[in-house]
Amino acid sequence: MSVAAITVPTVTHASSMDEDLVEKVSVRNLDFFYGDHRALKSISVPLYYGKVTAFIGPSGCGKSTLLRILNRMYDLYPNQRATGHVTLDNEDILSSSQDLNLLRAKVGMVFQKPTPFPMTIFENIAFGIRLYERVSKSELENRVKHALERAALWEEVKDKLGANGLSLSGGQQQRLCIARTVAVRPEVILFDEPCSALDPISTAKIEELIDELKDDYTIAIVTHNMQQAARVSDFTAFMYLGELVEFGETTRIFTSPTDHRTQDYITGCFC
Amino acid sequence: MNSSSAPLYAKRRRRNAITMAIAYSATGFGLAWLVLILAVLVWEGFSGLSWVVFTEMTPPPGSAGGLLNPIAGSLVMTAIAVLIGTPLGILAGTYMAEYGRYDKLTTVVRFINDILLSAPSIVVGLFIYEVMVAQMGHFSGWAGAISLAVIVVPVVVRTTEDMLILVPDTLREAAASIGLPRSLMIQRVAYRAARAGIITGVLLAIARISGETAPLLFTALNNQFWNLNLNAPLASLPVVIFQFALSPYKDWQKLAWTGALIITLAVLALSIVARILAAQRKTS
Repeated sequence: MSVAAITVPTVTHASSMDEDLVEKVSVRNLDFFYGDHRALKSISVPLYYGKVTAFIGPSGCGKSTLLRILNRMYDLYPNQRATGHVTLDNEDILSSSQDLNLLRAKVGMVFQKPTPFPMTIFENIAFGIRLYERVSKSELENRVKHALERAALWEEVKDKLGANGLSLSGGQQQRLCIARTVAVRPEVILFDEPCSALDPISTAKIEELIDELKDDYTIAIVTHNMQQAARVSDFTAFMYLGELVEFGETTRIFTSPTDHRTQDYITGCFC
Repeated sequence: MNSSSAPLYAKRRRRNAITMAIAYSATGFGLAWLVLILAVLVWEGFSGLSWVVFTEMTPPPGSAGGLLNPIAGSLVMTAIAVLIGTPLGILAGTYMAEYGRYDKLTTVVRFINDILLSAPSIVVGLFIYEVMVAQMGHFSGWAGAISLAVIVVPVVVRTTEDMLILVPDTLREAAASIGLPRSLMIQRVAYRAARAGIITGVLLAIARISGETAPLLFTALNNQFWNLNLNAPLASLPVVIFQFALSPYKDWQKLAWTGALIITLAVLALSIVARILAAQRKTS
């Protein structure tokens, strides 16, 4: 199969190179270790403000690992360490003096499996807001409503805000998690295979959502679905065996990749 | 089915039938004793159940009376044991599951806790006798309550740790991802998810201590009069049952049966509540 034969679904938001790109997050020479195992090998990649960057590659290539460094999620576990430079607005987030809770309030994350908290729909969202802000009851209600609207869930849950978050369907739960993330007003949102547990209709909704959110946020998404990467992202990074093989505008990566490994992967003849 | 596999299949069926038969008889054998014990208990104890049992003190031999003082003593000591043991157990279990999950200390604590969990309760009684009763110079309700608390702690530590470990890491990560500090994550998310399991553990601990006799014999001893002063010897149902059942007096023996029935029904009720909570945990 030749590269030209791949159909790239409507790439309407291909950014032009003359546009001014703001590098919100910069990763430079990043290495990551699980114990002695070096899972990431000098990765350098930018995340631009207002853009969606997709990370693709076979399982175990380090995509999720990379994502989990950007909010220091790996810090929850022992024997994991990152070396190199990762900056958010030119501030080093790998430094030991970094306040992890503040960092994570700025860099939100949506996970592979929907993870609503065991509380009501309202509380699921209000919880995060109250954590960092003192807001009046009416303001809180507005913020919850706004977050649910942003996650395209408001219409479906407005009459049952007191119901348990776990009572929603999988797709709804995932949108609840997106609402929860958005409610904290982060600057960067990381999506770690957000649709892999969802049906195609829910997937389409989440993709639409990502497209709407990207104007206000810096977004990174890990996906195994090549079409999804092509549909939602502006930039794509292809990773293989802990290395960043190729990074560039999604249209270019999907139509004329320079590395043969990228080409093999996106054409599905990767062996 | 291939014709050559028919004998093989018949052989498997036979083996299955034999195994089933053995399993059923083993279950029947075990259940028969349980049913027998309960039947005798109800037979002997039920006729003695009356208001008098709950309103009058333990009688001297030959006169009528009830079990009010040992029931009150048991309730007070159990309540104090749970009030002391539950927070300690939950805090230790929380440390082991949340803060120190990967620490060596946790492995050591878990090992020691498991030993404590299966330690004969008479050892606990002797230990408290040595450190409290011998020091104070007299038996007391406090010593009884503390020895029961020592039995509660390992049960609660174990269930708390187990239940918190069952809370998926994805939930912890989700909590961390909105900037929730660990302490709040534990209080607001992990405890909430593990609540039913932890409460079940506490109920099981109560069930466990409500029948304990050995640790109380060396600590609270017994008291034939109404008393709620924890600095004095205190009556309890298991000790009174022990004393009365071994006595030669018919009316004391009868009260012992009734007391045993009361404890059994109370433990049964607790177990049912624990079961219901456990079922809720599964569905939520």
